[in-house]
Amino acid sequence: MLDFVQQLVSGIALGCVYGLIALGFVLVYKATEVVNFAQGDLMMLGGFFAFTFIGMLGLNYWLGFAGAVIAMAAFGMLAERVVVRPILGYPQFSIIMATIGLGYFLRSVVGMIWGTDDFKIETPFSDGVLRIGSLVLAYDKLSVIAATVILCALLYLFFNRTTLGTAMRASSENMLAAYYMGIPVKRVVSIVWAISAAVATAAGVLLAPITFIHSNVGLVLGLKAFPAAVLGGFGSIPGAVVGGVLIGVIESMAGFYLPQGWKDVAPYIVLLVVLLLKPEGLFGLHTRKKV
Amino acid sequence: MRFLFKTDYEDDIRLFPHSGYIVSYGILLAFLAIAPFVLSSYLVSQLVFVCIYATVGVGLMILTGFTGQASLGHAAFLAIGAYTAAFLQQYNVPFPVYFLAAGLLTGVVGALVGFPALRLQGIYLVIATISFAFIVEEVLARWESVTHGNEGMRVKTLWLFGQAVPQNGPTFYFLCLAVLILTIVGTLNLLRSPTGRAFVAIRDSETAARSMGVNVSLYKVKSFAISAAITGLAGVLFAHKLSFISPEMFTLQLSIEFIIVILIGGTFSLHGAVLGAIFLVMIDPFLTYLKDDMPGIIAGIAATFGADSVTAGKIYSNVAAVASANGLKGAIYGVIIVLFVLFEPLGLYGRWLKIKLFFQLFPLYKRATFKRQKIYVKSERNR
Amino acid sequence: MSYFRAENLSLHFGGLKAVDSVSFAVEKGEILSIIGPNGAGKSSIFNLISRIYPPTSGRIFFEDQDITEQPAYEIAGLGIARTFQNIELFENATMLSNLLVGRHRHSATQLWQELLFLPSVRAGEKVHRRRVEQVIEFLDLEAYRDKLISGLPYGVRKVIELARALCSEPKLILLDEPSSGLNVEETDDMSFWIRDMKTELGITVLMVEHDMTLVNRVSDRVIALNYGRVLAMGSPSEVQRHPDVVAAYLGA
Repeated sequence: MLDFVQQLVSGIALGCVYGLIALGFVLVYKATEVVNFAQGDLMMLGGFFAFTFIGMLGLNYWLGFAGAVIAMAAFGMLAERVVVRPILGYPQFSIIMATIGLGYFLRSVVGMIWGTDDFKIETPFSDGVLRIGSLVLAYDKLSVIAATVILCALLYLFFNRTTLGTAMRASSENMLAAYYMGIPVKRVVSIVWAISAAVATAAGVLLAPITFIHSNVGLVLGLKAFPAAVLGGFGSIPGAVVGGVLIGVIESMAGFYLPQGWKDVAPYIVLLVVLLLKPEGLFGLHTRKKV
Repeated sequence: MRFLFKTDYEDDIRLFPHSGYIVSYGILLAFLAIAPFVLSSYLVSQLVFVCIYATVGVGLMILTGFTGQASLGHAAFLAIGAYTAAFLQQYNVPFPVYFLAAGLLTGVVGALVGFPALRLQGIYLVIATISFAFIVEEVLARWESVTHGNEGMRVKTLWLFGQAVPQNGPTFYFLCLAVLILTIVGTLNLLRSPTGRAFVAIRDSETAARSMGVNVSLYKVKSFAISAAITGLAGVLFAHKLSFISPEMFTLQLSIEFIIVILIGGTFSLHGAVLGAIFLVMIDPFLTYLKDDMPGIIAGIAATFGADSVTAGKIYSNVAAVASANGLKGAIYGVIIVLFVLFEPLGLYGRWLKIKLFFQLFPLYKRATFKRQKIYVKSERNR
Repeated sequence: MSYFRAENLSLHFGGLKAVDSVSFAVEKGEILSIIGPNGAGKSSIFNLISRIYPPTSGRIFFEDQDITEQPAYEIAGLGIARTFQNIELFENATMLSNLLVGRHRHSATQLWQELLFLPSVRAGEKVHRRRVEQVIEFLDLEAYRDKLISGLPYGVRKVIELARALCSEPKLILLDEPSSGLNVEETDDMSFWIRDMKTELGITVLMVEHDMTLVNRVSDRVIALNYGRVLAMGSPSEVQRHPDVVAAYLGA
């Protein structure tokens, strides 16, 4: 029983990371109907920025964290400006390929600049644990969960209650009409990418104590975040996090209770099952073209 | 500039619109025929890879370019074809049999994938194919009784009509070339008949295709099956060429390489598949060239511009460090993909068409002929 | 029994009744127009007939055969073709390719025969091409044969949409607002073509239209709809004088 709860909490923490990456997917998708395959790599880059500030330059953890988030937000806007903006409106497939290309590029450049070893960041809660009875919960896992909940709530409110959020949803539906309505579409899209990169960075830094910082971590986690986003329904912010948590828990349980090898495949099998039964995900909408 | 005057419906149905095509392709074929006897064995080996990748490219083109179903999982189909060949070879099944069996089995798997894919559009289909490929990779690694798991399987030399066909010899090259040509011809035939047109109709407007009587579901499954079968056949050749296969050769990276082939070549034409394959296969030699020759060249240029030997030496080692860096291949892939999507959406074949048009219309060619109109995002959720 | 019959057709989207218990019959060889304000359910009826949506209730009969359960792609095979209000042509293909797809229901070749491009496939292609050329001649589209749809003006596209429907050699054709977006001359041409379809090609026409001049010129009978329900049915002049129709749609 204790093991089960341990695994559950591990799974939830891991799932929150998936959820945060999936959140990044969903944000960009909601604003531009682009799926950013490089989201995981943005997370990885954020982690490396944090490592540079904290580990290499010796800054305080929170300062380094904030610095990384700001730096990545700027980088996200840069990436959007250079790679995505020229090709908005192209068939979705082309844009997906462009983001895949961006991901390749980021991975390789990071590997060339920082090297391909694992790196560690010292965090205030690296070694702390919370004891509830005989249950031992690591602080770093709890911090991930707490941060995810906060971020999710903030972003949900932002998208559904503010004008900017509505503007973003409008641009993704029909950009030309959004222009006509006076929405500064280019600025809106830039901001979304900045937020998305910032969220990814937060995920990366929070994840660092658990999986270390490594140039390939973005690819592996990014791919796992897809089942999360799909499970939640691609257009839903809470859905992304819920999906992420579910996938994390499934993976954790599969790793503990099922034989070797199932751990990695289980999320994808779940994904395929969900796609077959309910393609729009748990929280998504079923739409149909009017002819 | 040649003017085509058509006098018969046959002129539109024929593969070669006019004799100029026959001459050019004839010359090309002649070159390819004498290649193994005049080129170095390294180049011939690269040509074999070009043929294999181009065959997969054609198969992928049928699915993605013509039917509009994106697939990032074709490495799985290649793997199924390769492993079928390796497995049946153990039981001394002759080449023609396991060649066709691999194609057939992969085609069936493709159809099975096609069924659930019917309900999926756009991004969901991409993710589903990635998941499918991932699962296949795991299965190959775990099903040790059949696939020897992560140890991999040795693939014995090809035996055809009682003759050994070693993977580095001219006969193997001709075999791969023949498979490619037959695939291309078959696909062209498909495109000028009702099924091919139905594929293109599905890509552009499923609703209209349905109202014309196209059984969209059936045709999507057919498209998957054909695409997979072609890839499976290429898989057999792939297995023989490498003479050793293991699950980690068939990763997402390989699927992305196939997409690069058709993306760079040009998504809507068969020429594109071949051009893209050539481009992709040339990246590795290019990287080696960068590593070996580039530092010297750049240092040499710096020296001619007056840099002293210390600076030149530093430049040499810096360039060498960058060129030998581990991740350079990935960075180059990334940059190439992004550049092509941004600036050359029609791919290399598109560039070739533009060049041809330039010479045909000289001196009246206008760049604006191919300028893309500014397009705005319109939700693809309601196709 | 009538050629085509809809009995108590209903289509509900949740609480919205797009089509509410509509019944009507079409005689062979006649031109029947459906008129009514926007949102009256006219295109929804078409979508029910071509089986894009399943009806919430009701039955559809064509040549005394119940087609309510047929999948959408088999409707063309029964001899019913349709055009779309927002043109659904294949943008990246030439006009000829578009029209040839219209012949799909007549293609009898198997996949393996096509891969090898056997003489039977070649002969089939020529037959298809000949029929398509007949339609091209009927609609004066010769100039656009090899042009890509994406470069053609709206008026031409509407005619090509009609051509594609005609290429399947239908017995019954559903025209969804054939004159929307066309100027006066093009509408004139359209009215002649619709009449020619009846007299020369023997096709029964079911038409949704807003342009009352066109309706008066070509229709044998008219049905007026509002809020998914039938208001009036009869000859064009009868329906246009009907008080309910005047109140809801035409104005005094």
